[in-house]
Amino acid sequence: MSTSANGSAAAGTEALSASRPTEVNRLERVVIRFAGDSGDGMQLTGDRFTSEAAAFGNDLATLPNFPAEIRAPQGTIPGVSSFQVHFADYDILTPGDRPDVLVAMNPAALKANIADVPKGGTIIVNTDEFGKRNLAKVDYESNPLEDDSLSAFEVHEVAMSTLTQGALADTGLGKKDAERCKNMFALGLLSWMYHRPTEGTEAFLREKFAKKPDVAEANVLAFRAGWYYGETTEAFGTTFEIAPAKLPSGTYRQITGNTALAYGIVAAGQQSKLPVLLGTYPITPASDVLHELSKHKNFGITTFQAEDEIAGIGAALGAAYGGALGVTSTSGPGIALKAETIGLGVMTELPLVVIDVQRGGPSTGLPTKTEQADLLQAYFGRNGECPVPIVAPSTPADCFDIALEATRIALAYRTPVLLLSDGAVANGSEPWLIPDVSTLPDLSVEFATEPNAPDGSGEHWPYQRDPETLAREWALPGTAGLQHRIGGLEKAEGKGNISYDPDNHDKMVRLRQAKVDGIEVPDLEVDDPNGNARVLVLGWGSTYGPIGAAARRVRAKGMPIAQAHLRHLNPLPANLGEVLTSYDHVVVPEMNLGQLSMLLRAKYLTDIQSYNKVAGLPFKAEELEGVFTDIIREVTAV
Amino acid sequence: MTATDLGLPSMGGLDLVPTTDEPQKAKEYKSDQEVRWCPGCGDYIVLNTIQSFLPTLGLKRENIVFISGIGCSSRFPYYMNTYGMHSIHGRAPSIATGLATTRPDLSVWVVTGDGDALSIGGNHLIHALRRNVNLKILLFNNRIYGLTKGQYSPTSEPGKVTKSTPMGSVDTPFNPVSLALGAEATFVGRALDSDKKGLTEVLGAAAEHRGSAVVEIYQNCPIFNDGAFDMLKDKDEAAQRIIPLTPGEPIRFGPEGEFGVTTTGYGGLDVGKVADIGEDNLVVHDPSISDTAYGFALSRLGDQHLSHIPTGIFRQVQRETYDDQARAQVQQAQDAKPGDLQALLTGKDTWTVE
Repeated sequence: MSTSANGSAAAGTEALSASRPTEVNRLERVVIRFAGDSGDGMQLTGDRFTSEAAAFGNDLATLPNFPAEIRAPQGTIPGVSSFQVHFADYDILTPGDRPDVLVAMNPAALKANIADVPKGGTIIVNTDEFGKRNLAKVDYESNPLEDDSLSAFEVHEVAMSTLTQGALADTGLGKKDAERCKNMFALGLLSWMYHRPTEGTEAFLREKFAKKPDVAEANVLAFRAGWYYGETTEAFGTTFEIAPAKLPSGTYRQITGNTALAYGIVAAGQQSKLPVLLGTYPITPASDVLHELSKHKNFGITTFQAEDEIAGIGAALGAAYGGALGVTSTSGPGIALKAETIGLGVMTELPLVVIDVQRGGPSTGLPTKTEQADLLQAYFGRNGECPVPIVAPSTPADCFDIALEATRIALAYRTPVLLLSDGAVANGSEPWLIPDVSTLPDLSVEFATEPNAPDGSGEHWPYQRDPETLAREWALPGTAGLQHRIGGLEKAEGKGNISYDPDNHDKMVRLRQAKVDGIEVPDLEVDDPNGNARVLVLGWGSTYGPIGAAARRVRAKGMPIAQAHLRHLNPLPANLGEVLTSYDHVVVPEMNLGQLSMLLRAKYLTDIQSYNKVAGLPFKAEELEGVFTDIIREVTAV
Repeated sequence: MTATDLGLPSMGGLDLVPTTDEPQKAKEYKSDQEVRWCPGCGDYIVLNTIQSFLPTLGLKRENIVFISGIGCSSRFPYYMNTYGMHSIHGRAPSIATGLATTRPDLSVWVVTGDGDALSIGGNHLIHALRRNVNLKILLFNNRIYGLTKGQYSPTSEPGKVTKSTPMGSVDTPFNPVSLALGAEATFVGRALDSDKKGLTEVLGAAAEHRGSAVVEIYQNCPIFNDGAFDMLKDKDEAAQRIIPLTPGEPIRFGPEGEFGVTTTGYGGLDVGKVADIGEDNLVVHDPSISDTAYGFALSRLGDQHLSHIPTGIFRQVQRETYDDQARAQVQQAQDAKPGDLQALLTGKDTWTVE
């Protein structure tokens, strides 16, 4: 197996190469967390380090964690922003529980993150920020670098601000501007420590600051200064190597969930041969879907930034009525506002893709944190009997496939579909085996062209259904002879005129439900390597990674456990009931108070153990490992 | 006051909508559904006027779409043998925006009322207007909530006693024309339900206008607000109150044309006797004036007691439409670089595992 990096190395960049002999420690995996003030550029630093790991061919997973405030007060705990990257020489499933290395750019970053660093872990601090004032801001009574509170860790003290300013002394950049490049110094140092390829970062900086070449060069200089600092000072005696991962063959790129989701919508437009209209209103953490799609107008995509959430989905539904692929994107609070229009979509039976990138709730909740507590809102958060299909991606890369799947269902069954992403998959990233577009599903649709009245009257009956899918015909304005009226009032079966007839309403309610219930979804696959597990762990959405990692750990201890993961939440896979009853014990971990568990208990009348945490952060593999281990012990002890 | 020529291509509101040479009749625009408004409702007259008016446009009937919200008037699409959607309360402008943006070959009409457009859907209305989406918005103003059986509306006069305001409303009402102009609407007109000729003229100009056109239609609710506009329908009263706006002509009214409109010291407009004002000092109506202040001043001549009510076209100016520009950006992007899905998915930074 070999890897080759096709990075965008621009002219003028050259690989930095190490010459000082250091002890090289070969690792299978490492977790690094960059933490600093919101204004310190930690997200960019982490993102670049991730790109370097990707270009090197490691498997990786990331966890950005940042405050909702754009710039919380400098140097305070609420202002701390961090980015964790886990990279390895094998396929990994999570961004890692605890950082092996913490880069702390100030005392607040140290204080906010130290509890997560295991004993013996490495801490690299920017000593320039550890002055009295900054220490006082976070209630450090004494300087942790001077007392023995960090004695359990390997601490590297680096005067990053001073060193960066020194490196940029000749650039003409002001002291303050020079100091702002210290994140690139940190990146350079870590890149040296972990033998990362550097050309990509230099090319990236030159492209990012193309309009400010002096800033670009300053950042490159700071980046190199960090690298050379590691190389020359002998403060660091060991460097680390993590070999490329042995992933399935093919061409890979790094991708975040929101980007993959946006690409999935682009692909859905292409595969359905429909123009796309995204009607949306900016909201964390879904806005990146809008940002990304707005760049791809050349695929026939219109992005409409509406006056509010309601208008966003309204425009999408209006576009769908006209024969476009209507899409709206939001987070939980936006779904609450869109509920009435989703109901109209259910009633008018028009295709619509509704994206909910879930965040902490209720109300405004935790805008930048993750949660999966909108499941019941997706299921039931509308007036009346108002069923909608629901799908959820398991990983960042799966966001691409799930967007295509949501579109397939919406178009084939003429219904709004709820796509439940969440902050963890949306902002997290991983390597993506780039699909060959010729293998993508064909989503093409047929519009009605002829009047369809079964009575031979030559009229068009808008609520005449396909006997297989129960979908009504999609008759577009502009088609002669098919003029018809639809709307939110109950309609007579077939003919589609307003009907207050009791039996008709009962029938239509059941038909709409039957249509959703009858959607074809693949059977649930269970991963039970030896077929001898008595405990099944069932998850949905972004918990896939930590559940899978925990299951591996449990199995590594010789304890069998079966794992299954739902991508289709409504309808549920046809074999789910059978799967649930074929295990002695079923545990469902969720980042809510047991919403899927409640649905499963009600639908299958079977006992489910719910394991819940609603902390705004993904589960840790270590935590779930403990939960699963205890359960298996209990079950086998009986 | 002078009109500004913005130098924009003068594209008509219907230029991209397919036409037919087949003569059309009002009857063809009637759906098979029984009209179910209350006897005597002003909506009947408006429906008939529109069904008579549409054939004159010569458009393919299947390329006309009516989208409504909720309320008595919003049942309108069911009675039209065109495409139509009876949507949800206040949201018709947003649904119509999505449709008009993706389908330039359609003539898209929004039917709404004073509650639908100005209360629950106020936000969508003003944003559709500022964007200048190519929509024709018919605002049926009966100054009452009819479908919910008689509560006051955002256009009800202060002090109005209704089911929900037994001691009289303490709300200050909206003047829909003023509101539309404040939102920079490029076309604003007003007509009475009973004035078939006047309404048809305003509708015709609205249809041909490229961009958002708002037409306020004073409409009688015989059940909950009967006679609200009677003073504008009585011949003698009407002559004293209605100020017909005719482009290029001095604004005057009254049984003998003895009243007129003149400018006030601070740039507003006022009503007076022509004898006092002097014929040369009468304002000559020009709806193409770009400054919304002129149309706004006209809209303030009347108050909720209908003392002076200008009818006709307040404002009619050319401005780029949202939908034309949005489509142009898509076209421009496609011309510059047609979408290549494989290239997009692959991106710039890749690595290969063999």
